[in-house]
Amino acid sequence: MEAQTSNLPLWILLLPLLGFVLNGVVIPLFKRGFALTLPAEAATAATLPIAAAFVCAIFAFMAISHGGPLVITPYKWLAIGPLNVDFSLKIDRLSGLLVMIITGVGTLIHIFSAGYMSHEPCVGRYFSYLSLFCFSMLLLVMGNELPLLFFGWEGVGLCSYLLIGFWYTDTEKANAGKKAFIANRVGDLGFLIGAFILFKMVGSFNFDMMTAKFAEWKATGTYDAHLVMFATLALFVGATGKSAQIPLFVWLPDAMSGPTPVSALIHAATMVTAGVYMIARLNGLFDLAPDTLTVIAYVGAATAIFAGSIGIAQKDIKKVLAYSTVSQLGFMFMACGVGAYQTAVFHLMTHAFFKALLFLGSGSVIHACSGEQDMTKMGGLKKYLPHTHFTMLIGSLAISGIPFFSGFFSKDEILYSTIALPGGHSAVFIVGVITAALTAVYTGRMLAMTFYGQERFSADVRSHLHESPGLMLFPLYVLAILAAAGGFLGVPHLLGDYLGHMPHHLGHWLAPVVPERHLPLMAVKLPLHEAVVMIGSSVLAIVCFTLGVIGFRNKQSLTDYLSGIAPIQKILEHKYYVDEFYAMAILRPLAKLAAWCADVMDKLAIDGAVNGVGNGAKRLGQRLRALQDGDVQSYALVMAIGLAFAMVGLVVLGKSF
Amino acid sequence: MSSALIPQVLALFLFSTGMLMVLLRRNSVVLLLGIELMLNAANLSLVSFAHDLGRIDGQIQVFFVITIAAAESAVGLSILVNLYRNFGAVTTDRARTMQG
Repeated sequence: MEAQTSNLPLWILLLPLLGFVLNGVVIPLFKRGFALTLPAEAATAATLPIAAAFVCAIFAFMAISHGGPLVITPYKWLAIGPLNVDFSLKIDRLSGLLVMIITGVGTLIHIFSAGYMSHEPCVGRYFSYLSLFCFSMLLLVMGNELPLLFFGWEGVGLCSYLLIGFWYTDTEKANAGKKAFIANRVGDLGFLIGAFILFKMVGSFNFDMMTAKFAEWKATGTYDAHLVMFATLALFVGATGKSAQIPLFVWLPDAMSGPTPVSALIHAATMVTAGVYMIARLNGLFDLAPDTLTVIAYVGAATAIFAGSIGIAQKDIKKVLAYSTVSQLGFMFMACGVGAYQTAVFHLMTHAFFKALLFLGSGSVIHACSGEQDMTKMGGLKKYLPHTHFTMLIGSLAISGIPFFSGFFSKDEILYSTIALPGGHSAVFIVGVITAALTAVYTGRMLAMTFYGQERFSADVRSHLHESPGLMLFPLYVLAILAAAGGFLGVPHLLGDYLGHMPHHLGHWLAPVVPERHLPLMAVKLPLHEAVVMIGSSVLAIVCFTLGVIGFRNKQSLTDYLSGIAPIQKILEHKYYVDEFYAMAILRPLAKLAAWCADVMDKLAIDGAVNGVGNGAKRLGQRLRALQDGDVQSYALVMAIGLAFAMVGLVVLGKSF
Repeated sequence: MSSALIPQVLALFLFSTGMLMVLLRRNSVVLLLGIELMLNAANLSLVSFAHDLGRIDGQIQVFFVITIAAAESAVGLSILVNLYRNFGAVTTDRARTMQG
């Protein structure tokens, strides 16, 4: 459909920036200090713009549902020879959906933050970072040029770093921020290499031009398959950094040291899905590289089961959710890897709802327990936090894939896609099913350890226990509704027929940007009917979730049942020793290299060169000062000799004079 | 030897004499004399070339040189007076305080 020019994308982009400027510049200037902003003022200055952006996003969403994408190009950003980059924003079906999620969930999390951070100092700084994050994330999804996407990509990375290290006086938290930043740098290098190869091949960074070119390549087959594979692999490396996949996932669990609403917004709902968005945006390119897709599917599956199994042994409620996020992102990449981009986006959306809900719920729990995050010191909180319990229960049911909650639809669709699509792999399907079971178990375990069973908290904590204020409960309930019902946007064909021919809304919606894949009723990779997979995974989810809830009501770890698996439990608790392995294989050699550079290279080579130049000049000067003997006549003599040479030279060389 | 060459040879002789005075004698009065001699050698050369070539510009140049030379000797003599006041002599080997 014809693109429409509109100012809405610009409004949506700039409103959060306004929030950033208000909290970052204007209010501190008026108050004459950064720490003097009152929490309520800071929250209002940040929440109103993002809420206004959400309203604009609704208008934009309605506009694109009737017509073509909204575009605006305020100015030309770069023009260097053949490189032309416009500052061009575009809201199409894909970015429109993400803009809705970012501004909508973003607004809810701003509201939640207003309650959660009300006792903190320096709230102005917190909200200015949060607004800046929303701005960057919106630029990431609305930018119609790859460099703009990269701009947003780096911006969200920066804000993630700033917010993880928000409590920077705690060295461990500051280090977690640095870890996230550095792990992302590795991925960004891959992203840049991929982007440059892409520019070399296409000759433009514009997504419209790229999409057209990919379609042309697909039709004519005139493309360098190796180059395409290399470019897609490089871009995927970028995605593994930002979306926390093996091997670069290590930063995400540590990122939980930031404030909990940040974990909900950045490290669950929006930023970490940037890699999935990028792949869905460039789906035409990835379709041309089946080998890369295979790699993506297997990396996604490996990450999903790896992180899921770690999640089952963690004691920290936020760590459980962090590993769960890594695992769910693995699911999204599994979907991308089999070519089911629309399903990946579907899971991205439902995950944004239920994971944001779970994180905010955990934030509410932590808030109530005076900052305690260890689930072994909780238990029995249902009585004290009824609203938090209810909403978190819905979130847990959704993530576990209990039928008719949102996670059921998206996860089931991913699982079935892995065997029903021609690009599927049965191994990925099996890993996916196991991970889905693990998900249900650890979610049930988290719920049981937090809310059910005996009360394991101290009397001191009990005296402070309180249900969160309405400001925090409102976002929880809104997200609970979305997490419960969001799945009906993507009802599978099989069920849709029974529900009065309900179509797969999301698939249809995304069809102009992301090709719609119709799943056959009979899988091609394994002889399974869709109904078998659906019923099987539902039963599995229900059984495993129940097991998790009942099994961990009063016990905290698997070893309470099977003492024989203590070694495995230990490995899981230590996250497969990945951090230790990286420390040994990468960090320690690097530190040694750095020490060598500092002690040997710097002292001998660099200092030697610098001091050598100085000493040389000094010695040369000492020799030369003998010439300056203070006798006027010797100077005159030298001058006369020089003149004589000049004259002779002129006569000999310059015959033409 | 043509008649045009005679003044040039004389000029060369005068110039060499002046230069040797500047380079070899220690007395700064003689130094100034040498400079004056060199200037006048150049004047002689200019005038005779101008005469031989039938052009006026060499002669005009000489007037400028004479003017500048007058100014130069005035400055030179005043430096000389100050030299005497500061070092008690006018020989150049006494004024070597700028040794490096």
